[in-house]
Amino acid sequence: MEKFEVIVVGGGLAGLSAAYTLAKDGIEVLLVERGDFSGSKNVTGGRLYLNPVRGLLPELWAEAPLERFVGQEIITVMGQNSSVSVRLSSEDFRTEPRHSYTILRSKFDQWFAEKAAEAGAMLVTKQKVDDLIWENGTVAGIVSGEDRIQAGVVIAADGIMSLISERAHLRKEQQPKQYAVGIKEIIELSAKTIEDRFNLRDGEGAAEMFMGSLTKGMFGGGFLYTNKESLSLGLVIGISDLMSKTPPIEAPELLEEFKNRSEVAPLIKGGETVEYSAHVIGEGGYNAMAKLHGNGILVAGDAAGLNLNTGLTVRGMEFAIASGVFAGRAIKKARDANDLSKAPLNYDQLMKDSFVLKDMYTFRDAPSFLENPRLFNLYPQVLCDTMGKLMAIGEGPKRKLSSTAMREMRSKLGWSWLKELRGALKV
Amino acid sequence: MSKDAIRAKLGRDTIKVDDQKHIKIKQDVCRTCKEKYCLYVCPAQVYSLNKQGEIELDLDACLECGTCRIACIKKSVDWNYPRGGFGVQLKFG
Repeated sequence: MEKFEVIVVGGGLAGLSAAYTLAKDGIEVLLVERGDFSGSKNVTGGRLYLNPVRGLLPELWAEAPLERFVGQEIITVMGQNSSVSVRLSSEDFRTEPRHSYTILRSKFDQWFAEKAAEAGAMLVTKQKVDDLIWENGTVAGIVSGEDRIQAGVVIAADGIMSLISERAHLRKEQQPKQYAVGIKEIIELSAKTIEDRFNLRDGEGAAEMFMGSLTKGMFGGGFLYTNKESLSLGLVIGISDLMSKTPPIEAPELLEEFKNRSEVAPLIKGGETVEYSAHVIGEGGYNAMAKLHGNGILVAGDAAGLNLNTGLTVRGMEFAIASGVFAGRAIKKARDANDLSKAPLNYDQLMKDSFVLKDMYTFRDAPSFLENPRLFNLYPQVLCDTMGKLMAIGEGPKRKLSSTAMREMRSKLGWSWLKELRGALKV
Repeated sequence: MSKDAIRAKLGRDTIKVDDQKHIKIKQDVCRTCKEKYCLYVCPAQVYSLNKQGEIELDLDACLECGTCRIACIKKSVDWNYPRGGFGVQLKFG
């Protein structure tokens, strides 16, 4: 039977980061990807935060095929017939080295795969890993169709649905409350149209997130990112809430209604939808993470549950890259000590010492804060109504602004919201 | 949302359909399911109810997201990805 020092399952960001790191360190690595090419099965909102990972793969970022650096962050809170937006326009975010970039995974991952192959990793595509090989309670290789290939260590980087981490008994059955579904369209528009519509300088991008009536009281929100010559537009809805919605709503219908909103329709006008995609998103945070390792196996990226929704920022790709790099380094260190069985503990240590587990832990209560249905079915409407009343000049005399605001909030919220404000301290 | 409207969106995607089905259901289990969440949660409307009240799958439309696996409370959905080299091949992602 063929044997490799390391087999990586999955050619997304975590898998490629691991394979690249290992290959650069002269370690023999086979990466097995089920799609026609790396990126063919990956979806992001999306945008990549670079600061945490710039130093991990320093030589790559200068030529990486990213879309637009994000200089404007917009949060739009939606009521039934109105919305309130906050826009952050930041010179800091625009100044090199830049804070974040919008990204298209198919393009990026294909390029990254080339880099990994150039570094010496062996990449196989159109091949799905079906199972693991076990020897005395230790993972000793992979099974793919008729092929069985041995490995010193296996890295499970097979994404959010990770069947391999389940096979390795490192992740429990998926619970609806811990997952959302993202539904997305790529809408083609010229660079000039995008820059005009969003008031962007040359090459600059905007990232907008929406929450409120667009998800009809369900957990989730909308997103809109400007790529070079397209928009990434979509919706995220909690699966558990989607299931308990009465009467039931078809998920794709919500995206259509969102596109028709007056805040969105003019931005996408004249654009052509060139791709429709969907992906499950982890929302359970720290408490929903898989075990990061077992005997002979490390788990990286979404497969390990390394994704984080803090309400304002949604993170995951930088965790995938970092965990892949650390998996590679952990194996190298173990190999240098002539004891591959030390790789899991090395990985554990690297992860604990890094922003990955530290941030996952810091924001461990974000999911429970975001579980509050009033964040989606009440507060957005009250915010919009309050702003509406403050800005309105009617026929008759007008109250003081402070009085208008207090009356509006007291009548719609009572006083319980003050207690809930304390809940915000969790995030 | 109309099937045609979804198909129009899916029409832009490259989906290499396999004759081996990657998702299977147990019809006798589905018959006991009142909720039938699969009909609502799927972004591509893969699941539908036929005139006999049975669940039908149109895997030609599957975007491999995994939502149905998570939403099926009766454990009827036997879920996997398509074989290597099949299924959706995204150009943008």
